[in-house]
Formats: sequence, C-alpha cells, structure tokens
Amino acid sequence: MTTAVLPDTNPRTRSWWRRNQQSLTPWLFLAPGIVMFVIYVILPIFQSFWLSFYDWDGLGEKTWLGWGNYVELFDDDAFYTSLKNNVIWLVLYLLAVPAGLAIAVFLNQAVIGIRIYKSLFFFPFVISQVVVGLMFSWFYAPGFGLFYKLVEWLTGTGVAVLADPDLVTYGIIVAGLWPQIAYCMILYLTGLNNVSPDQIEAARLDGAKGLKMLWYVILPQLRPATFLAVVVTVIGALRSFDLVSIMTDGGPFGSSRVLSFYMYEQALSEYGYRMGYGAAIAVILFLIMMVFISGFIWKMIRDEKEGY
Amino acid sequence: MFPRPVQDRSSAARIGYQIALPIVLFIWLLPLLGVAMTSLRPSSDLAAGNYFGWPSAIAFSNYAEVFQNSPIGQYILNSFKVTIPTVIGAVALSCMTGFALGVYRFRSNLLIFFMFVAGNFVPFQILMVPVRDLTVSLGLYNKVSGLVLFHVAFQSGFCTLFMRNFIRALPRELIEAARVEGVAEWRIFWFIVLPLMRPAIAALSVLVFTFIWNDYFWATVLTTSATTQPVTAGLYSLNGQWIASWHLVSAGSIVAAMPPVLMFFAMQRHFIAGLTLGAVK
Repeated sequence: MTTAVLPDTNPRTRSWWRRNQQSLTPWLFLAPGIVMFVIYVILPIFQSFWLSFYDWDGLGEKTWLGWGNYVELFDDDAFYTSLKNNVIWLVLYLLAVPAGLAIAVFLNQAVIGIRIYKSLFFFPFVISQVVVGLMFSWFYAPGFGLFYKLVEWLTGTGVAVLADPDLVTYGIIVAGLWPQIAYCMILYLTGLNNVSPDQIEAARLDGAKGLKMLWYVILPQLRPATFLAVVVTVIGALRSFDLVSIMTDGGPFGSSRVLSFYMYEQALSEYGYRMGYGAAIAVILFLIMMVFISGFIWKMIRDEKEGY
Repeated sequence: MFPRPVQDRSSAARIGYQIALPIVLFIWLLPLLGVAMTSLRPSSDLAAGNYFGWPSAIAFSNYAEVFQNSPIGQYILNSFKVTIPTVIGAVALSCMTGFALGVYRFRSNLLIFFMFVAGNFVPFQILMVPVRDLTVSLGLYNKVSGLVLFHVAFQSGFCTLFMRNFIRALPRELIEAARVEGVAEWRIFWFIVLPLMRPAIAALSVLVFTFIWNDYFWATVLTTSATTQPVTAGLYSLNGQWIASWHLVSAGSIVAAMPPVLMFFAMQRHFIAGLTLGAVK
C-alpha cells in the first residue's frame, strides 16, 4: 500500500504532490478496493442482465434470444412455485424479529451465569447453515427424528416433514429461523443495554409497565436495532439457498425450491447448463431484492445527511 | 433496566426465573444436543433403534472413523486456506477504503460508500454466472485462490461499511492536528489512524472468518474436487455418501462447526461488538 506514495526525489513533482496530496490520497487508498469490487460485484450484475437475453451452455456460442428467456420463465410452473416459496420465506422469516425481541427481553436480567446463557442462546448463529440443515434433517427424520417422535407421541402418527410437498418449505424455514432469531436477539440485547434508565423510571412513576411500557417507551428507543434486524432478516430470507440445497435439494418434486435455488439448478444442473435462463431468474430475484435494498439505502442516506 | 430486574420481585418469581432459564435453553438447543448425542453413539445402537435411550457406550470412534475414512481433514485444511487469506485481504483493503471514505470529504464520497453498501446486499445468483466465467478464464476455477479473490472482493463491501463508520466516530482533531504539523497523509493513516483501529480490525476479522468458513454457495460454484473444496461443500458430498449413517453425519457436522464456534467463544466480545455495530445510536 505504500508503493503509491513512495517519497519522490524530483523537486518539481514533489511540490505538485504536496499541493494535491489531500485530494489525491483518498483515491489512492480507494483504488484497490474499488477495482476489486467493480470487477467481482458491480460488472457481473450488468453482465447477468446482458446474459439473460441469450441462450448459452457456458462453453459454446451464445445465441441471442431477446425476451425469449423471460417469456419462457413466465410460463414456467417451477418459477411460480419458487416465487411463492420466496414470499412464504419472506413473511415467516420476519417472525425472527419479534421472536428475537422476546428472547432478548427474557434474558435481559442480571442473575448469576446470565452471560453464559446469552452466548449459548446466540450460538446457533455461529454454526454454518450446512450444519444447521443437517441438524434439522436429523430432527425431522422419519421413523426416529426427535420431531417425528414428538408428533407421533402427540397424535399417534408421525409426519415426515421433508417428504411432504405441503410442509417441506415450512420445515426448512423453521430451520432457518433458528439462527436468525439468535441474530435478532443479540441485536436487541445490545439495544436494551443502551435504553435510557431515566425514561424507564419516569414511565414507571407514571404507572407504565409490561407490554405498554415495551410498546410506548422501550421500542421507540430500540428503533436502530429493529431497522438492522429487519434488514438482515429480509436479505437473509431472499438469499436462502444453503438450507434448501442441504435439506431437500429442492424436492420433493421441486416443491421446496426458491428462486435462488432454482437459478442454480438451471444454470449448473446435471442435465446441461442453461446459463442464460439462470441469469434471467437471477435478474428477477435481483429486481425483487432491489425494491428492499433501495428502501434500506434511502433510509441510510437520510440518516447520513442528518449526521452531517 | 427493562424488564424489571427479578431481584426486585418476589422470591417466587426469582426462583421461577432461575428454573425457567435452563429449561428454555435446553429446548432452544435441542437439535444441537440431539446431533451431539448421536455423534457419540455406537452405530450398533442406531441399528437397534436406540436413538434416545442410554447409549450402550460412548463412541469417540465415530470421530476417528470420520477422519480416517473420509477426506474431512483435507476439507478442513482447505477451509483454512480459503478463510485466512480472505480475512487478511478483506480487512487490509477495507482499512484503506474505510480511511479514505471516513476521513476525506470529496464529492463522490457518499456515492462510492453506498456502492459498497448496496453491492453487499445483492443476491449471489446475479453474480454467479459472470464470476464463475471470470474465474474459469483466469485459470482459477477449482483453485483455492479463485475462491479467495472473489471472497476478498465481495467482503470488502461489508468491511468498508464497518470500517468507515468506525473511523467516522474517531476524534477528528487528531487528524487535523497532525495535518497542521505537516504530517504526510499516508503517515497519518499508518501511525495515527491504524493503531486506533485495532478493536475494529479484531471484530471484523472474527466476523469475516465466520462468514467465509460458513460459506457454502460459492464453495459449490467455484470448486469441485476434494483437494480444494472447503468443509461446507465437502459435508454436502459426504452426506450423500453416508446415507442414513447418522452417527457419521453428526460427527462430521460437529467437526465442521468447531472452528467458528471456538473462535466465537474465544473472541466473544469482539464478535458481538462487530455484529451489533449500528444497533445503538
């Protein structure tokens, strides 16, 4: 990183450097980061848009299709299944926010050993989703899984969640909620730590308590934590891929596919690579996510401007 | 403090809370405990249908078997080979970008900052085909370095957000004073700002380590063979081979989860400080 600012011996250029140092330095510092980010993140977005208009197997010639991939997509049942599952993911995944808040409120006490409890509650988040997926596959396993046994004991017949087209997506979402709730919990625990004690005392004197206190006094102060929790949960829901791949591989009969998984399946499937079609699915997913991302960014810019 | 401390309540509430804590924790960790137990059960128990009863023996041999009969040792090594260079690269890059965006005021500052932030949120699938193509044409497909390059680039988005916000919160007077003294800009970075960034560097390193270790998608897209695959992708293929050998699947899962878990418990404070940056104003 110092190569760019090696001491210059030529007196003329040195004075030029001196004069412009303040305006040039940020660009020298930014250059490596921007180059990497543009090559690997920004340009590929545009390339995917462009590819989505072609038929391409990843190796041979690309054939221009125009809107062909999109026309096919809008007539593709698997696409609608994936889209529907994405909506279910998004809605149910947001339960992680109130659930995380509930656990945070439950744990926000100063008893002996509470720190260890907090870390143990948090620790599903640290585990890879691949491992979480395997854990829950075992949990649901027909015949001997803990969940299967539990249902069998309660109702008489067990349910093979991951083999049932109507239940499979919900089963996977529960697995995804586990680490996500842990994440939201830690955000709220940090937030609760910083709630102003004066306001709580004042509200207590006014007779506020329980849920009323939570809603009118605490939650407004937790707004930054809530914003962050919603952002990471929405992004996490739309990015869901690992669990679907590990737990069901999209099955049974493709009923647990989500857009991210369907895209991967089309672009790199064993039946032949359909890169263009995959890119078209990715573009749709990207546009859906852009709605949320622009909302988040808009709010962040507003906060940023206030900060100046 | 909210809710009201249990110490201020009746002794019944206090005892009730102390009893409820371990019970709730037990339920919360049930899937994990189940897998941990299964990983220590002899396969004969599972064959005999003894899934939850008292194990006939504690079988550490499952772990030995996993290491002897599968390339999991190689997978773990690959994961380290991907993760450590990525942490160093992404943190180094973002120290520089964070410094540039946090200290200097220039017209496109916010625009560049939000380019990093927005890029960090995009779905991986929109990058997949072009990044795979680029990696193939660089000759880095199915190589550790191909995976590292992509991870460094992508993580620099989140890391820049993190570093820039951290540097913004440092006292500006320090930098102004150094400038009045005529200290060169790069010296300000190296001798004044960088030493102050130590806590941020620690927090970010732990976070990026965990993110990259746990990455599964890019591992499957950019690597294919056991000699280069990280442990997440490796577990997927092992799971296919070990159909219904739950004692092995469980032991393998526990092994794969260990490094980030140990990292978390060792560096807990940094980890949580990093994760919750921005959760309070």
